[in-house]
Amino acid sequence: MTARMDKRFAALKAEGRPALITYIMGGDPDFETSLGIMKALPDAGADLIELGMPFSDPMADGPAVQMAGQRALKGGQTLAKTLKLAASFRETDTETPIVMMGYYNPIYVYGVERFLDDVIASGIDGLIVVDLPPEMDDELCIPALAKGVNFIRLATPTTDDKRLPAVLKNTSGFVYYVSMNGITGSALPDPSLIGGAVKRIKGHTALPVCVGFGVKTADHAKAIGAAADGVVVGSAIVSQIAGSLTKDGKAGPDTVAAVATLVRGLATGVRAARLVAAE
Amino acid sequence: MNETPQPNSFRAGPDEDGRFGIFGGRFVAETLMPLILDLQGEWEKAKNDPSFQKELADLGAHYIGRPSPLYFAERLTEHLGGAKIYFKREELNHTGSHKINNCIGQILLAKRMGKTRIIAETGAGQHGVASATVAARFGFPCVVYMGATDVQRQAPNVFRMKLLGAEVRPVTAGHGTLKDAMNEALRDWVTNVDDTYYLIGTAAGPHPYPEMVRDFQSVIGTEARAQLLEAEGRLPDVVIAAVGGGSNAIGIFHPFLDDKSVRIVGVEAGGRGLQGVDHCASITAGSPGVLHGNRTYLLQDGDGQILEGHSISAGLDYPGIGPEHSWLHSIGRAEYVPIMDDEALDAFQMLTRLEGIIPALEPSHALAEVIKRAPKMGKDEIILMNLSGRGDKDIFTVGKILGMEL
Repeated sequence: MTARMDKRFAALKAEGRPALITYIMGGDPDFETSLGIMKALPDAGADLIELGMPFSDPMADGPAVQMAGQRALKGGQTLAKTLKLAASFRETDTETPIVMMGYYNPIYVYGVERFLDDVIASGIDGLIVVDLPPEMDDELCIPALAKGVNFIRLATPTTDDKRLPAVLKNTSGFVYYVSMNGITGSALPDPSLIGGAVKRIKGHTALPVCVGFGVKTADHAKAIGAAADGVVVGSAIVSQIAGSLTKDGKAGPDTVAAVATLVRGLATGVRAARLVAAE
Repeated sequence: MNETPQPNSFRAGPDEDGRFGIFGGRFVAETLMPLILDLQGEWEKAKNDPSFQKELADLGAHYIGRPSPLYFAERLTEHLGGAKIYFKREELNHTGSHKINNCIGQILLAKRMGKTRIIAETGAGQHGVASATVAARFGFPCVVYMGATDVQRQAPNVFRMKLLGAEVRPVTAGHGTLKDAMNEALRDWVTNVDDTYYLIGTAAGPHPYPEMVRDFQSVIGTEARAQLLEAEGRLPDVVIAAVGGGSNAIGIFHPFLDDKSVRIVGVEAGGRGLQGVDHCASITAGSPGVLHGNRTYLLQDGDGQILEGHSISAGLDYPGIGPEHSWLHSIGRAEYVPIMDDEALDAFQMLTRLEGIIPALEPSHALAEVIKRAPKMGKDEIILMNLSGRGDKDIFTVGKILGMEL
C-alpha cells in the first residue's frame, strides 16, 4: 500500500515536523507482548512503525537488535507470525503505516509471491530488506513495486553521488539514510554532518529522507529531526524492552509501559525539531 | 528450481553479476556494495596484470613452497587393493594447508588497493593462521574473528595467530563457530569501510569473492593435472576433496571441470548422521537460501533460519557451501556425498599408520570417501585426492576422542 504512507508523510509535512519512526522486533519477547507494544506505539507518538522480521544471522545489526531477534526466535516467532502481528495491529489501526524490515532469506524461503500477497493482505505498506542492494532488484524489489508495495532503500555514507541514482531508482515511500558506516545501535555521529548528507540525497529525489542508526534520546531525535523528514529509533527501543524483562527473559509487568514512556520522550524531541531548525 | 542447460564449458562462470546459474550474487548491505564493486574492479585489473601474476608466482614458489608434490600413496593403494591413489600434498605448504594460496593473492590485492588493516574469519584456524602470516609478511595489522567454541578446540592455531601478531577476537554469538565469526567480520567491515580489507577464506560470500578465491586456489588443480599427466600419462578417473565452504575443493576441481571423463566428488561433513541437525551436509541435506552475500545450499529450518550444524572438524563446521559447488551439483557435473565423524576419524588413523602422514580432520573426510571407493575400482584406475591440510592442529581433538592423555 503506497497510499497510506504517502498520506502520512503529506500530513506531517503540513504539520511542519519530521516523522518519528519506531522499530520493534516482531515477537520480542513473545507474540502477545509484541502486539501490545505495537498497539501502544501510535498513542505514544510514533508516526510509522518498522516491524523487524527476526533472522538468525543479522549481519548489519549490533548487539541490541541481535538479542531482540534471538528473544523473538526463542519465543517461537516466524515470518508467518510477524505477518500475523501486522494483520492483528491493522484490525484496530488503519492509519499508521507499517514497514517490515529484515533480511532476505526468510522471505526467499517463504516464497516471494506468497510473501507479497500476505504482506498486502496483512496491511503492510513497505519493505526494507537489508541484504538486497539495487544490484539484486529482480529478487524482490521489482515484484514488490509491481504489486504496489513500497520498497524502501537504505542509503549510506558510502553511497556516493555516482551511485545514488541507482540506489534511488526503484525506491519508493521514503529513503532511509543510514547515518554512519556501521551496525545498528552504534554511537550517533555529528548531526551537522547528517544535515549535509540529507541535503545531498534530496538533490536526487523528491521522496522523504528519514535518518536512523544511533538515535537514542529525545535530544538526538530533535537534532536529527531538524534536518530530516523522519527519525528512526530502533536499538534504544529494543534495549528498553530488554531492560524491562524478568530474569528469565519473559515480559515484565511494565514492558509495554516502558516502551511507551521512551517513545513519548522521543516524540517530544521530533515535535521540537523544526523549532530548532527555525532558530 | 531452474535447471541450467549444460553449458559449453563448466569453467566460464560466474556471469557479470557473480551468478553461477541461480547461485552466487551480491546479497550485501548497501554500505558494503561500493566496497565489493571496488574490489571487483581491482581484481579485474590485477588478474590481467603480468606484474601481479609474477609477484604471485614468486611468492608461491619461494614463500609457500609451490608446486606442492603429487604423491603416489603406495601402501594405502596396496591396502585398499583397487584404484591407484594420488595425493596433492597441500598440507606441505607454508602454514600447513591450502589456505595460504588464497591469502597471498588477496594480501597483494589489499596492498594494491591501499588498504591498511586486514580482517578475517576462521573456523579451524587454518585460514586465520594463513591470514596472520601474510599480514605479518606484508606489515598489516590483522584482526581474526573466531567462534568461541573453535577458540577452545583449536588452541594451537589460536596461539600461532597471536605469535604472528594478529588479534584473535572470540565470537560468542550463536554456537560460536565459523558462521558466527563471519557475521562478526562483516559487522567489522561495515564499520571500518575506509581502511579495512576483508580477507575471506573460502570460495563463498558476495561476488567477486567466490570467483577470486577459486582462481587463487586453482593453482592446486592446475599443478595436479600437469603432475599426473607427467606421472601417469593420463587424467585421473575421480577427483575427491572435502567441502566446508569449499575452497580447497573448487581449487582442485576447477581445472578438471571440462575433462568430461573425470568424475568430481565433493565430501561434506556428515557429522553424527544426517537425520538430525548434527551435520554440515549443506548440499546433501540442505536447501537453497541466501546467507553471507550469496545464494547457495544452506542448512536451515522451514522459516529460513540458519541452523548451526556440527562436524568433528572445525573447518567443515559451516552451514553453507560456496555457490559454485551448489551450481555444479544442480547441473550434475559434480556429486556431493556425506562422511560421518567416525569414518573421518578412522581414515585419519589409517593414513597416519600406513603412509606416515597425519592429515587434518577436514581432508580425512575426503580420505574416508577414497577408502570407500578405491576397493571398488580397477587397479588401472586413478583417484586424485586433495590432502588440503596437516593434522597437527587436530591432535588434541583426536586425542580426546581416542581417550589419550596429551
